[in-house]
Formats: sequence, structure tokens, C-alpha cells
Amino acid sequence: MLWIDCPWCGARPETEFRYGGEAHIARPDPATTDDAGWADYLFMRSNPKGVHAERWMHREGCRRWFNALRDTVSNDVLTIYPMGTARPDAPGDEAGGG
Amino acid sequence: MRFRLKEGGRIDRAQRLRFTFNGRRYEGFAGDTLASALIANGTHLTSRSFKYHRPRGILTAGAEEPSALVQLGEGARTEPNLRATQVELYDGLTAAGVNAWPSANCDFAAWTGRLAPLFPAGFYYKTFLWPASFWKFVYEPTIRRMAGLGRAPEAPDPDSYDKRHVHCDVLVVGGGPAGIAAALAAGEAGARVLLVDEEATLGGALLGQRHKVDGVDGAAWAQAAAGRLAAMEEVRVLSRTTLFGYYDHNSLSAFERRTDHLGPGTPAGMSRQRLWNIKAGRVVLATGAHERPLVFADNDRPGIMLASAAQRYLNHYAALPGERAVLFTNNDAAYEAAHDIVEAGGTVGAVVDCRHEPAAPLAPKLEEAGVALHTGSVIAATHGTKRVRSVTVAKLGEGGGLSGEQYRIFCDSVLVSGGWNPAVHLFSQSAGKLAFEEARGIFLPGKATQALEAVGAANGSFGLASCLAEGAAAGARAAEAAGFGDGTPPPTPPVEAPEPGAITPFWLAPGQKPLGHGKAKHMVDHQDDVTAADIRLAAREGFRSVEHVKRYTTVGMGTDQGKTANVNGLAILADALGKTVPEVGFTTYRPPYTPVTFGALAGRDTGPLMDPVRRTAMHEWHEAEGAVFEPVGQWLRPWWYPRPGEDKHAAVARECRAVREAAGILDASTLGKIDIKGPDATTLLDMVYTNAFSTLKVGRVRYGLMCGDDGMVFDDGTTARLGENHYLMTTTTGNAAHVLEWLEEWLQTEWPELRVYCTSVTEQWATVALAGPRARDVLAAVAPEMALDTDSFPFMSVKEGIVAGVDARVFRISFTGELSFEINVPWQHGRRLWEALMEAGAAHGITPYGTEAMHVLRAERGFIIVGQETDGTTTPHDLGMDWIVSKKKSDFLGKRAWSREDSRREDRKQLVGILTDDPKKVLPEGTQLVETRGQPPIPMIGHVTSSYESPTLGRSIALALVRSGRARKGETIYAAPESGFLPCKVTEPVFYDPEGAKRDG
Ligand SMILES: [Zn+2]
Repeated sequence: MLWIDCPWCGARPETEFRYGGEAHIARPDPATTDDAGWADYLFMRSNPKGVHAERWMHREGCRRWFNALRDTVSNDVLTIYPMGTARPDAPGDEAGGG
Repeated sequence: MRFRLKEGGRIDRAQRLRFTFNGRRYEGFAGDTLASALIANGTHLTSRSFKYHRPRGILTAGAEEPSALVQLGEGARTEPNLRATQVELYDGLTAAGVNAWPSANCDFAAWTGRLAPLFPAGFYYKTFLWPASFWKFVYEPTIRRMAGLGRAPEAPDPDSYDKRHVHCDVLVVGGGPAGIAAALAAGEAGARVLLVDEEATLGGALLGQRHKVDGVDGAAWAQAAAGRLAAMEEVRVLSRTTLFGYYDHNSLSAFERRTDHLGPGTPAGMSRQRLWNIKAGRVVLATGAHERPLVFADNDRPGIMLASAAQRYLNHYAALPGERAVLFTNNDAAYEAAHDIVEAGGTVGAVVDCRHEPAAPLAPKLEEAGVALHTGSVIAATHGTKRVRSVTVAKLGEGGGLSGEQYRIFCDSVLVSGGWNPAVHLFSQSAGKLAFEEARGIFLPGKATQALEAVGAANGSFGLASCLAEGAAAGARAAEAAGFGDGTPPPTPPVEAPEPGAITPFWLAPGQKPLGHGKAKHMVDHQDDVTAADIRLAAREGFRSVEHVKRYTTVGMGTDQGKTANVNGLAILADALGKTVPEVGFTTYRPPYTPVTFGALAGRDTGPLMDPVRRTAMHEWHEAEGAVFEPVGQWLRPWWYPRPGEDKHAAVARECRAVREAAGILDASTLGKIDIKGPDATTLLDMVYTNAFSTLKVGRVRYGLMCGDDGMVFDDGTTARLGENHYLMTTTTGNAAHVLEWLEEWLQTEWPELRVYCTSVTEQWATVALAGPRARDVLAAVAPEMALDTDSFPFMSVKEGIVAGVDARVFRISFTGELSFEINVPWQHGRRLWEALMEAGAAHGITPYGTEAMHVLRAERGFIIVGQETDGTTTPHDLGMDWIVSKKKSDFLGKRAWSREDSRREDRKQLVGILTDDPKKVLPEGTQLVETRGQPPIPMIGHVTSSYESPTLGRSIALALVRSGRARKGETIYAAPESGFLPCKVTEPVFYDPEGAKRDG
């Protein structure tokens, strides 16, 4: 059971949240995106071993979406940050780029 | 109780308890376990083994027991596969060994032992391969009866269970010396401490030994410490509680047995078992160690037990293992067990030590007492059927075989010790890495992933003084991390105990014949009957990965998860492969540490409390009318309303006819309703629906399909424009929460600039669908001020007004094809509206109809149900619903995906109607459709999604998704083999009123 620090409600157990998959996958402009690009947007995810930027929603609380960096090996939640902001740096996060 | 010592031990000789085991009556004392009471009575044979039905006895004294599995109790309270070593005795207890029919003493299936060559490693895979049908009728029932372990109770569980959630700063797992020291240190610092221990009393290994702590008997010290812990306000001690699962972020689960030891003395109303869900700041794992058996020929006869187990039975329960014991060991520590037996007045015939020059400190003392010492020797064979009667001892030769003379030594018990395995199960569950130490042949906790520390024997520190010191230090550190104290451990008490001494890892004792030859079995896994020969065979057959060998031989796959078997099995495999143990690797430990009852996992969430039930405002009316209910999501919806003498078929047909010919009334309150407001509400709807809402006039309603960006349909419903920037969206009953989340997700994550609020109002409005040619007449009677003619109230529009004296919203929409009004009133007025309509409709033949009639009516009209006609791979085009896809909007969810190659395929599955040539045959939903009759395998071209007997058409109808379906219209296809290749015509998916002439009444 993960314990996730909702920015609005504080630390709550995982069962109160909905997982939203990888973060920072913006919906591309359909008019200028080719089939391969659209398939990338729909289906392709990075699935790293290590730090992963992902989305969560506090379904049984404030119902707000937010982003998190989680280490997929230790399951440590390293940082929580708002929707629409860039991926922050985190300890041991090589893919990061604030 | 022939083998009970006159004095000593910690049983209460004043309280005699009677019990029955395998049909025989026995007596024991309060404080006994079933195993200790049997041993005190001289009974070692408890059960039969899983595969070969070999006689089995008591190997251990604790949770790691693989062998003495019993079926406890009778009737509704019977429980299978309990470890006799952990069953506390109570007066009147009844138990029997598992796998024995008719009894452990006389087992009809023991001949399987003589057929042993037929049961090699992987025998399940090899023997029962073919023919497949034999599994169902021959193999499985036979295997289950012969090897199914215990029986599950057949009656409902009469007991109650509950759950608790608890937070603590420091969780200490294990109530031995290390755990007690940790809990004392953390508790004294002021931290909130939870100490969990699986036994009835604290003490752990101290209970089996005669070591002294602080000048007193170790068990007495533990008891005093328990008193000190109980006096600390922030400390809670849970005894008889097994920490069985270590999950992420220091979330752990424990299983408390609250009344099992009380038997019939259980107080009424007390929950039997409790599940504890724990969130811990830091965890101290003081889980101890399990003694490891030695693997030698026929090492599984009753009377052969771990040295530490014999010591525990002797010192704690005052029960001697037998009249004459032999010790077989590879380490110094085990000599203590022989020494304790001699001290207690028992007889030890010999000590067999596989080491050539052991220097155990206790050896001279034992020789002084007349115990023969055989060094560089092994037990090469054991003898006796239902109890070991003698052993053959031989010298180890140079090449690993036997050499020289062989001695027969008479005995009725054999104590074995192959060293100690730290109990790293929970550490491994926590995602900690294990490290192998070559010198002692043990796996130790390595790098931790979570906030925890392993101490004492669990950390490989087997000496009593180091257990206490490591425990105290870890307890103080954990408290400091939570903000209590400065991390300085309190001083630990002085101890009188020997150091663990030397050990030489020893994995496999040679027998009188080469391994796998002859009848002798070198048992590695007592529970699954896996031998050293099985593991070697697996290696010879090419298995390399330890995970594969585990599944192929089934080593470690029993209810004990191989606590006594895994490390031995691994070392034997490594030897067979010519590798080291770390090279071979280790299988992962998974929860639960020991089995947990379903009762405890379920707690009170059973029966009506398992899932919340949602009822509409008219529910009691439906109940009073005898409605049969259908669960839809969490809702209960009337399915049909049978009249006296009617079956489902007749009731549904009557309800359908009423809607088509007069008027029907349906409780539609469960449809999801979402109130959408804001200056950008229209923009949002234009993006999430396939059709345009910007062109919808205020007061009008539009049906829409919702798709994901992959182009697949995921919901449908109508949306009404109540004002310029105000809409009411309806969703399917089951998808209401999902659709609201879908809107919120896009608004929060992709289009945060849109100014829109979405609010669920499902439970604010009770909804009644009034359908049928007489619907207008019925509604007019209760809404006299509302203009209902087609011009003032056209199809697909909404009106507000007074209905049955209540403010109402009325929608002219139809899911049946008939003239229909959906009347919404505030929830609390639902029943009043319903009854007013029933009264007004009486003269018009108004008939309540349920979801089944609704489904038939909509299928006749060719309306889809999302999730029935769609499955997440269905586009609007597949459904033939191009008319609802906007050509003008430049972008909306789903649009881009339809120009992908796969979405444009001509041979996609498309929605069609299916009419069986025989109008009386109703195809089962899910029926597979094929192009030609013939011998299977035949390619499937589609499947039936909806199928009913249509009262309106007087024949069966079906909807189906069929490959290139639209091009096949008029063709004959066939319902798959199970339906006997019934010929069917492919048709339009609309069977009734395709022009929509009925919708205005
Ligand atoms: Zn929240």
C-alpha cells in the first residue's frame, strides 16, 4: 500500500487514489500528427526502472489531479508537483530536467 | 502422559485437558500445543504425506512445520491444514491428521509409496498430459481425494471476524529476546510501539532453552519484560498474532487469533480472528531463525525432529521426545539439545557429527554421560515404519560416499540440526535484497529498501547477548527517527548462555545406495514429498532456473512455503548444476508468511455488507409489487414484475406488449446525471462528444456518443441544453462515475483553461420513463398545465413544469421507440410521482416494466447498449452510427484515430441484426458465428451481443458484431458448433419501426 501525499489533503493510502499513468504526455495537434505520432501518444509509454513521472488523482478526497515522481524500484514517492508544471529534479533522477 | 517429566516446563499440571486425535482419546495440560501433548503421550505419527502417503510426524515446534498438518474440529468450524505445533490445546479438542484415509495409522493409499518410481519430479506434467478430458473426469477427482490435504467446511462460517487499522512509530516483529529488547528501548524513549508475536507468550527462542537473562530463567525474564511493556501507555503487545505481509511504504498486515485457543470457552460475541492493517514509521524485524533439517536417507519417519524442537518440547512443555534419542548434526549449537535431554534424565544413544574433527564445548560432557560420539559420520539409513526404531551410522568417505563399517543404533527419536536459517521472509517481502554467507550457508538480510532494520537471529546474530544488544540499539534508533530520545540504547542485561559455536554447512548425506536408487528417500520438502533425487532429476532434465525447478518439482510450494526445505533444496540444486548458491539465485518470498483465513481477510465485509447497495426513491414500491431485482453497478433495479403464476418469460412479454400497445412505466432514476455549467460548457461537450452541441438550441436534447482518443466508444446518453451555458448530461447507469471522472480529467489535465463545472446530480433527481402510445394521455392527467402536443413539446426537447404537484423536468426522449417522456422530480418526490402516474394510468392500462423488457424493446428498435454491443474495440462506424459523427468539427476525442489504418479496415466487426431461420430458436448471447458448417476448427467471424425472444415480432431477434457484417446483409451464416450450426440471416440491426413513426405516439 503506497502512501501518497496529496497536495490538498495530506498523506493518504493508495486506495483513495486513481493512478493516471505516465505524466507529461500532451495531446498532440491531430491536424499535424501522423499515424505513427498518434499511436505513440495513445500507446507508447517509457516504463522506466527507476524514477517515473506519473499522474494521480485523489478520487476519494479532493478529486484533484497532480503529478508525482516515483521510484519504480523502491516505490518511494520522491516529489509531488502540480499539473501543468515541468518535471522537477529529484535525487537519483537522471531523466529529470527541471 | 508417559513422556511427561514429573516437574519443570511451563505447562499447568493443575489443569488437565482431554482431547481426541485420530479417533483416540488423550490427556494434556493447559499450556500444551496439540503437538506437545501428543509427544508427551508418546505419539509422533500424526498424518500421511501428500504424494506418497508416507507416515509423518512432528518435525518442528513452530510456524515452520511442514509435516504435522491436522484437520481441527468438526462441522461448520472444521479447519484444514493447521500446524499441530501451533494449535493450542483446549478441553474437548478434536483433530485428525490430513491425507489419511481411513486413518494415519492404516492408510489405504500407502501403496503409492511402493509405486514411487511412477511419481518422479514433474509427475503432474508428465503423467497427466493426455487425454485432456481425463483431467476433468479421472485425474483431478482422484488427485484431489488422495492428495487434497484437508477438507474445507461445507456449512457457512458461524464465527465473526473484524479488522483494525493502526499507526505506530515503531513496529517490532517477533517477541524473542531481540524483539523484546527493541520494544523496551523504543517504548522507554516514548515512541508509539507495536510488538507483534505469533506465540501465546513472549520469549521466542528463550522458551526452548535454559539460558539465563539478568540472573533468571530466560522465559521468566521475558515474562517480566512483558509486564514492563504492558505498563507503558504508548506500547501495545499483540500475542498470538502473525505478521504475515510486508507491503510498500511500511504498510503491513497481521493476523490475530483471539479465541482459537479457548475452544468451547469462547465468550459469546467475541470476534474469532482479527486482521490488523499497520502503517509503521520504522520496522524492527526480530523474526528469529528456523533450524534447518539435514537431508539423509528416509529422514521423514515419525520420531525424527529438529534438535531445537526436541529442546523446546523438553524445556517448555516438559515432554521427552522418546526413550532413546540420537543426535545428527553439523554444528556445535545442537549439542545443547542432547545435553538438555541427558540433564532431564533422558537417554541419548549417540551423537553423529558429519564433521571430522568437531570441537563442540559440550562434547566432553556428553561423552562423560556415556553418549557415544561418531565423528565424520552420517546417518546412512533409518528403520521402522510408523516410528523410527533404529538408524544405521557410517563414516563419510573421501569421495563423499560411505566408507568402512556401518553401525545399527537403536532409538525411537532422532534429533537433527543442519544449522539455522535466519527468518528473512518478511525482509524479502519488503523488497530487501538477500545476501548469501558461504561460511554458515545462510541467507542474510542485505540492502533494505524500506525503513526497517533486521536484528538478532533474523540478522544472523545467533548469540543471546548479541540478540539483546542489536535489538536495543535498533529500538532506540527507530524511536529517535520518530523524534523520541537520542538514539542511545539502554543497557542490556547480562546473560548466561553459550555462544552458537562452529558449523560446517552440509547439504546431503549419502545413503546406502546411490541417490534415486532403491527405496530410500532423501526428503527435502516434507510437505510436498520432494526428494533430493527429484531435484537432481530436474537438473539432469535441463532445468537451470531455480524458479523453474521450484515449479517443476513443487519444492517449497506447500502451505509452509518451504520454510524447512528451500535452502537445502537450493544447495542441492546448486551442487547438481556445479554452481554456487548465489549463482543459482533464490525464489522470492511472498505473503502470507503462514496461511491466513478468508474469514479474517473478509472481516465484516460479508453478506449485505460486502458492497454498498444503492436503492432508488421508488424501491419500496417495487418491492411491494414483487419485483425481481437485477444488480446494475451497485444499484438494484427492477428486472421484471411477475404476476401470480407468471414466469420471467410471460412477465417480460406482458410488459413489452403494454409499452407497445398502451403505456409502460420504468424507474430510470439510476441513469447517471451530470450537471454541466460554465461559459465553456459547450466547448467541452463539442470535444467529448462525436456530434456537435454548439448547434443545439436551448430547450432541446441531443443523443451523443463518447469515445476515447483511440476512437473507441465508451459511453452514450442524451444531453439537454437547459440554458446558454447550462447542460444536463445523462450517462449509462454503470458508467456514471467513470464519465464524470473522464470530464474532470480532461478539464484538469489537458484543458485547464476551460471554465466549466461538472457536478453529479444522479441522486438529486428521481426519474420515471413513461412510454407507449397512451403516455401522453397519462401524463396530461397529472400535468394539466403542460402543453404536451407534438408541436409544443417536440421529440428531443425538454420542458420544466408542474407534474403531480411537484416541480419537474420532462424530457421527450425514447429508448423504446414509442412515444416517451422521462420525468425528473427531486428525489424525495419520486415515489409520489410514481404513484400519481400509476393512478392516472390505470384507465390506460399502465404497466410497470423492468430492465429486461427495456432491453428487449430497445433491441427491437435497434438501440445499442454500450458494453453489450461494444467492447472497447468498437467505433461509431462499426456500429453503423456515422450519422452521429460530426463532419464539421475540426477536432474532438476519437476523431483522429478513425483515419488510422486499422480503423479504416473494411473487414472490421460491424453491428448487424441476426434472424435465425427457425424463429423459435433464441441464440445464447456470446454465441460465436461462422461462415460455413463443417468440422471445427472453423474461423469465427463474429459473435452475438444481444439476443431475445421478441413479443412484438413474435420471433427471436439478435444483434451481433460480424466481420464485414454490413456487406453480408441477406447472407446466411451459422451459429457456432454448440448451437448445432443453426442457419441465420444477416439483417439490418433494426427490427421494429425503422422509420421512427411511433415516437410521436
Ligand atoms: Zn486530496
